[in-house]
Amino acid sequence: MEDNDRNRSDDEEELANVSGIREDRRDWMNELHVRFKQRELRLTTAVIATQIVLLALFVGLWEFAGRRKWIDPLLFSYPTKLLDQLWRTMADGSIWPHVGVTVSETVAGFALGTLLGTLIAAALWWFPFLSRVFDPYLVVLNSMPKVALGPIFIVGLGPGFMSIVAVTLSVTVIITTINIYNRFREIDSGYVKVVRLFGATRSQLFRLVILPGSFPVIISTLKVNVGLAWVGVIVGEFLVAKLGLGYLIIYGFQVFNFTLVLSSLIVIAVVATIMYQLVSALERKLTAGWRER
Amino acid sequence: MGALGLKRDSVLELQRLSHVYVNEKGASLAVENIDLTVSRGQFVSLVGPSGCGKTTVLSLLAGLFPPTKGRVLLSGERVQGPSPKVGYMLQQDYLFPWRTIRDNAAVGLEISGRKTRSSMEAVDALLEEVGLPGAGHRFPHELSGGMRQRVALARTLATDPEVLLLDEPFSALDLHIKLQLEDLVDQTLKRLCKTAVLVTHDLAEAAAMSDRVIVLGRNPGRIRCELAVPDEIRLASPMNARKLPGFQELFERLWSELDAQDEEGGESDGGQ
Repeated sequence: MEDNDRNRSDDEEELANVSGIREDRRDWMNELHVRFKQRELRLTTAVIATQIVLLALFVGLWEFAGRRKWIDPLLFSYPTKLLDQLWRTMADGSIWPHVGVTVSETVAGFALGTLLGTLIAAALWWFPFLSRVFDPYLVVLNSMPKVALGPIFIVGLGPGFMSIVAVTLSVTVIITTINIYNRFREIDSGYVKVVRLFGATRSQLFRLVILPGSFPVIISTLKVNVGLAWVGVIVGEFLVAKLGLGYLIIYGFQVFNFTLVLSSLIVIAVVATIMYQLVSALERKLTAGWRER
Repeated sequence: MGALGLKRDSVLELQRLSHVYVNEKGASLAVENIDLTVSRGQFVSLVGPSGCGKTTVLSLLAGLFPPTKGRVLLSGERVQGPSPKVGYMLQQDYLFPWRTIRDNAAVGLEISGRKTRSSMEAVDALLEEVGLPGAGHRFPHELSGGMRQRVALARTLATDPEVLLLDEPFSALDLHIKLQLEDLVDQTLKRLCKTAVLVTHDLAEAAAMSDRVIVLGRNPGRIRCELAVPDEIRLASPMNARKLPGFQELFERLWSELDAQDEEGGESDGGQ
């Protein structure tokens, strides 16, 4: 209603104006908009150009320094050697099993880590007694470097997929639990009151308010976990694997093939970026229309 | 108000109601010995200084927590907890940002398991009645504050409650929109013959909307006195009521009651 009133006064103003004046105003405002967009475009172009130049400078300098032997090519290799290595392993197909194993371990790690963390957070929310009991343990576990537990997982679960995913979980689950549980508790009590006043049960409260209200935080935790899972997987592969990009890195070190080490790192960077972008796209899709006030 | 024909049919009853809040710091007496009866179709306002336990009384009526002493009766039955028979409107709308307007308005139906095709049609009709036709598929962030509070009204009415508890629902709005909404709520409640209890700081709002105004005192909260609103003001819409000759006098009586109690402080034993 109040908006109608506002519109009405706009209408009156428009009626009072001669149409010529109104067009003038529109042109003037369009011009302002166009100029604004041009400025934005120029800025974006400058940023991208600088990024490309920086990258080209870095790669060029590296290549030059490597070939000129300013830096030890055995240790630092150089870009064309890396590309050659990558191209060969891609062409003969020997790199794909490594990529496949590492990617599946990472996906399992961050997906399971987020799911498990959310489930534990839900249990803590459901039983406040539990959350009070476990609070100090969570704090201690969170500050402990859990990657150090790796050897125990390997002995317990055997060297392979399971123990690597376990290392990843140990890195992701605790922090996920803490973040999501905190979000559960921060939900504005007004929303809780609304459904309680309708006589909602505790499970309805969780399903209608707590979980959907925490959704953006769960998704952003998923994004953080993508990064953490890579750390867990690579460390896990350092420790045990016979396959995977982390294994390639550690193998490269052992045989003093640093070209292999660096080319594996480049593959990891590319795959991790793709994965992050996919999760970001998922986030945009799932939280469309959802906006905080 | 046609429903007054069925007079003395009491919907809400508070009997010797006292409530104590307990926390780590200690126990504090919020309200003491409140006796109040509200008849069907009546509109009762609770006014008083802050700390007089207005919101406590409303929460007890809603069954959000049990009173420490005394009883709350709804249509003769003891209130055990929140129920769809009592609707509650908060100061802020608290619409869920992830739900459409329509789904927000239907959340009460969903909770009580009454969300059906026909009840959703009723929700659409209700949204139209509160002045939001065709807004059902929009999201809360697309609406202004006044429009959102209209959705909150529709949400409260959707479960068809017998009693509406209004906890300063207009206080966060601009004056202009506040007056429009007061009229809308008044009209809607009269047409549906709903009983209502309004808590407010705004004496003019209390005087313009109510059949009875209860003035509460503080430390502890208790009923200090009650003013019956003259028929002509009672029957007029809130907007028109403010223009009637008797309105200013009623407002000043309310004002002086509140003033008097400020001077007395918490010492009087109050009540009437």
